Amino acid sequence: MNMAQQPIAATGAGADDIKIRMSELSKVFETRKGPFVAIDQLSLEIPQGCFFMIVGPSGCGKTTLLRILAGLESQSSGELIINQPKTSQRPGNSMVFQGDSLFPWMSVFDNAAYGLRMRRRPVAEINEIVGHYLARTGLRKFRDSYPHQLSGGMRQRVSIARAFANDPDILLMDEPFSALDEQNKLLLQEELLKIWEETRKTVMFITHSVDEAVTLGDRILVMSAHPGRAKSIVDVPFARPRSVLELRARPEYGEFVYHIWGHLRDEVDRARALDEASAS
Amino acid sequence: MSVASPSSSALFKLLKGKRELILNIISPLLMLLAWEIAAQMGWIDVRFFPAPSKIFNTLLKLIESGALWRHLSASMQRLFWGFLFGGIPALLLGIAMGLNRTFRAVLDPIVSATYPIPKSAILPLILLIFGLGEASKIVMVAVGIFYPILINTVAGVLEINAIYFDVSRNFGARGWQVFRTVAFPGALPLIMTGIKLGVGMGLILISLAEMVGAKSGLGYMMWNAWEILSVETMYVGLLVIAALGIVFTLVLTEIERLIVPWKVTR
Repeated sequence: MNMAQQPIAATGAGADDIKIRMSELSKVFETRKGPFVAIDQLSLEIPQGCFFMIVGPSGCGKTTLLRILAGLESQSSGELIINQPKTSQRPGNSMVFQGDSLFPWMSVFDNAAYGLRMRRRPVAEINEIVGHYLARTGLRKFRDSYPHQLSGGMRQRVSIARAFANDPDILLMDEPFSALDEQNKLLLQEELLKIWEETRKTVMFITHSVDEAVTLGDRILVMSAHPGRAKSIVDVPFARPRSVLELRARPEYGEFVYHIWGHLRDEVDRARALDEASAS
Repeated sequence: MSVASPSSSALFKLLKGKRELILNIISPLLMLLAWEIAAQMGWIDVRFFPAPSKIFNTLLKLIESGALWRHLSASMQRLFWGFLFGGIPALLLGIAMGLNRTFRAVLDPIVSATYPIPKSAILPLILLIFGLGEASKIVMVAVGIFYPILINTVAGVLEINAIYFDVSRNFGARGWQVFRTVAFPGALPLIMTGIKLGVGMGLILISLAEMVGAKSGLGYMMWNAWEILSVETMYVGLLVIAALGIVFTLVLTEIERLIVPWKVTR
């Protein structure tokens, strides 16, 4: 329990390879009932090219953390350093949002091209890059469709294509598959891994699913709730490139998931007890 | 029978999806028919309610003489300019109010206070300020169109899911880009509703404004008809305005379908 307070240093990476560094990052929301601590003194180092997973019970501030990284929210205290070369033309980050975030008034192509268009890239470049990612996500035939004409899984594919096409320094993913059924989730995880292998960008991926965290990630941060703190960090021992189904069939996979669950279980129990206490 | 069935089933298919459209056309026709019969049979006072056939004759006469066209085009021009001068500021202001909390806080009370004032009640003031010429008519229409579009545009922007603004920010949209790619298209369904309401209000106000100190326009035509006791001409004026209402609604609904394809209710 006490280890949550200690800053957790990344292992096996030199200081130059650190992409994101947070020290004692806190976020406090002022609510009618008084201050609410969403994130409490989180210290974290994420190496360049790491597929970093954050898993924790709902209310552990993981979405808040991602929004701070995305620049949509600012921290109350603490420091956040993102290591981006000054010469880089790339956008700092692009987010794959939870749930429906495609503009209903734009076609699939226009949605996927959004970031490039906002940065006023040349038309030929936009056509090439967006065309590539629409092909990679199996959406080429749907480029002129509108989001309401697509299934939930296809919409989330567009959302992923939009983020990758923008070619950001860091990819932020906020439970992108949580609304999908199991088959679709599995397919999209597989596709995401394939696309990610092309570029090996630094990814910060939030999930409440331990399975998903182990399947996709290099390193997993388990967070505790109320207030959101780092509970432990675990390196995922499985080699890449991974195949989702093959990985899940291995006995070590089950053992590892069980191991992570051990970190998480008392957190879930504690969060539930807190919820019940505040409800009564 | 067997020969006729393919074509009749084709006809049926054609009509199947248009049931509502057919009902839309039939119901006013039935009303006119009932009116005609009532007038012919002397059930209603034809001094006040002339038979539709007589009104129709007057309509033809007015078309032949070119008078109707002159009045109609005068009204349409005023409506057009009023629509531009009222609608475009309403649209821009509405989006600005929807996007900016401070703007909204400042302007909301002013809009709420001035909106319920009957536009007909400010006609004397507008005549005083803008005179008896074209300007006062155009301003009258502009004022009438301004409010429905403004209020619906503000509501339209406020209704946009916050996630779309997060996306645009995260993907680097700034200022005008947010306006163009999120606020305007997101509010468009309600803006269209505002435009429809605004055009209706414009038709009401243009007829009213033309009754005072105008020498042309549908409103003038009707007012003049009262002075010379030509009841049929009054009805022609009403008929033309009603027809304009229908045409505008149909055209705007079609435009809506083209520019708001993601809000398909059919």
